[in-house]
Amino acid sequence: MTTPSSSGDSLVVTDLHVEFSGFVAVGGVSFDAHPGEVRFLIGPNGAGKTTCIDAITGLSAATGSAKLGEQELLGRPVHKIVRLGVGRTFQTASVFNELSVLQNLDIAAGRHRRWTSLLRTRRGVDPSIMQALEETGLVDELATPAGILSHGQKQWLEIAMLLVQDAQVLLLDEPVAGMSHDERTATGELLQRIAAKRIVLVVEHDMDFMRRYATRVTVLHQGKVLSQGTVAEVQADPKVQEVYLGTAGAATTAAMAAVPEEAAAELANLQEEDSHA
Amino acid sequence: MTKLKPHLSLGGIGVFAVLLLAVAPSVLTDHWLSNLGKYCCWAIAAVGIGLAWGRGGMLVMGQGVFFALGAYSMAMHLTLETAGDGVPGFMVLYDPLAPLPAFWEPFRSTAFTLLAIVVLPVVAAGILGYALFKRRVKGAYFAILTQALAVALATLVSSTIRETGGDTGLSDFKYFFGYVLNDPANRTMVYLITAGLLVACLLVVWQLYRSRFGELLVATRDAEERVRFLGYDPANVKLVAFVGAALMASIGGAMFVPIVGIITPAEIGAAASILMIAGVAFGGRASLFGPALGAIAVGWGQSSLGSTWPEGWTYIIGLLFIVVILFLPKGLSSLPARFRAARRGPGEPLAAPAATRQLEGVTS
Ligand SMILES: Nc1ncnc2c1ncn2[C@@H]1O[C@H](COP(=O)(O)OP(=O)(O)OP(=O)(O)O)[C@@H](O)[C@H]1O
Ligand SMILES: [Mg+2]
Repeated sequence: MTTPSSSGDSLVVTDLHVEFSGFVAVGGVSFDAHPGEVRFLIGPNGAGKTTCIDAITGLSAATGSAKLGEQELLGRPVHKIVRLGVGRTFQTASVFNELSVLQNLDIAAGRHRRWTSLLRTRRGVDPSIMQALEETGLVDELATPAGILSHGQKQWLEIAMLLVQDAQVLLLDEPVAGMSHDERTATGELLQRIAAKRIVLVVEHDMDFMRRYATRVTVLHQGKVLSQGTVAEVQADPKVQEVYLGTAGAATTAAMAAVPEEAAAELANLQEEDSHA
Repeated sequence: MTKLKPHLSLGGIGVFAVLLLAVAPSVLTDHWLSNLGKYCCWAIAAVGIGLAWGRGGMLVMGQGVFFALGAYSMAMHLTLETAGDGVPGFMVLYDPLAPLPAFWEPFRSTAFTLLAIVVLPVVAAGILGYALFKRRVKGAYFAILTQALAVALATLVSSTIRETGGDTGLSDFKYFFGYVLNDPANRTMVYLITAGLLVACLLVVWQLYRSRFGELLVATRDAEERVRFLGYDPANVKLVAFVGAALMASIGGAMFVPIVGIITPAEIGAAASILMIAGVAFGGRASLFGPALGAIAVGWGQSSLGSTWPEGWTYIIGLLFIVVILFLPKGLSSLPARFRAARRGPGEPLAAPAATRQLEGVTS
């Protein structure tokens, strides 16, 4: 029943609804993501992006459907969904601070092990762990306690954990927040490499990052899909411009008012891109 | 460094074993040896608390419950052994004609008693832990719940005088599995068994702490949600540590009976459970030796100060608890590391070594 999905399966989300005591955070969202593409989910603050990921990973109760291949994800407990091959990161990097990078990864690799191997001491480094370390550029940090890694390194560690976990679906919640430009480039290239064989869905605020690495984009606004398509298509969509310009009326501006500077930056980015197009 | 550390700890257990098993019996008087045996019983329970609380983050405030399961199993067997074929004396006092309560009967058997000491806490903690951890009960709720169970069990024992001896408890045991308890040689043997069990428990947690399970337990303690998102069920991880702690408490309780010669509800209730926690906090809950040494220290304080100055003792232990929590949250066993850090001086870049040391504390 809980056999992991084979690579090649797609993630198909249909008519996803999430309510928090009457408040509709996600109201009928549908999108899909396939291996081979870097899929982006964007939208203003409070649009429901994180909630979508929470629903897919079993953290929030939801109705509708989220299928990985033939397997329905909704309604299963969190750890069972993970065992089907769905992995995620969190908006605030969440690693085991007291454990070393190696120990963090070793735990992530552990779900493929037998219970009895848990009682033994780790000897050597798993090849899959070594590979993930090289992929994410953390080889030199093997013995470093995760708690003292830089912000960017922690996020890479999280991605490395998903790799050793052998997740078929990587749901990344703002993976480049707080990173320098070079780190963003490295992360973007990493995601492109990973996406060759896996489903990668990225939630981001950084429009520049989105433009550079997205193959397809879904724009959420107030819990609904506003627009969907390639970067160029989405940016040309007048509805998207309205939301990011803040001219869609009182209701839509409320969400953006929360972080005016961020919205302004996104707006500037979009306009700049428009003039290029 | 990380390679060496576990073997240093193993050496430490060796030294500890020599002190307890060879040195103590040859230098201590019978009185103090039996006292040390009593502290060892608490220390066995404390090692379990270190596992559940120090590494697993579960504040087990009711270990008296599992201590009682072992203690009363043993006490019932020893009482029956003393009474021979008859009904124990204290029962005859209340109702000369009534038969032995049905649940006493199987404790005539040595094998059943030994099995009960192991199986009862495992089953009880297994059911309780499953119900609590699957429902994600944690933190203060968990602590209060376990504490309440200890109170409830102590009250139950107090109120069932004819079945359990009530507040007077069970005592006057003459034999320990055939050995006369009055004989000093046999008393030394009981002590050696207890000390040996303590060393064995230390070895078990030593291996657990350096195993993958130990790392997973710490991970679960620090970020339970994250562990869930790696495909584990944290409830199962916590359950293993909780059941292990219960088993150790039961073993400690079982040995307490032949060593002290009496078991009463006062030894299993809220106060006793908290005192066990106090020893662990005092010594350093997450370290290997901290819980055992802390429990021995608190036990020693109780019998020396507690008997010469009983009114003051409660305040002293309370004060000690506050001081340790305020100034040494990781217990006395963190003193050497602190001392080294202080000697290295404040000028040097401390961030990396300090964190590594913390890490070692976790893996050792
Ligand atoms: N547990 C919850 N209980 C109640 N409301 C919630 C809960 N989680 C999210 N919400 C609400 O649901 C809406 C969507 O939140 P969500 O976190 O999904 O937004 P987001 O698109 O990820 O925003 P951001 O860019 O700020 O991370 C918000 O209005 C938020 O206040
Ligand atoms: Mg979010």
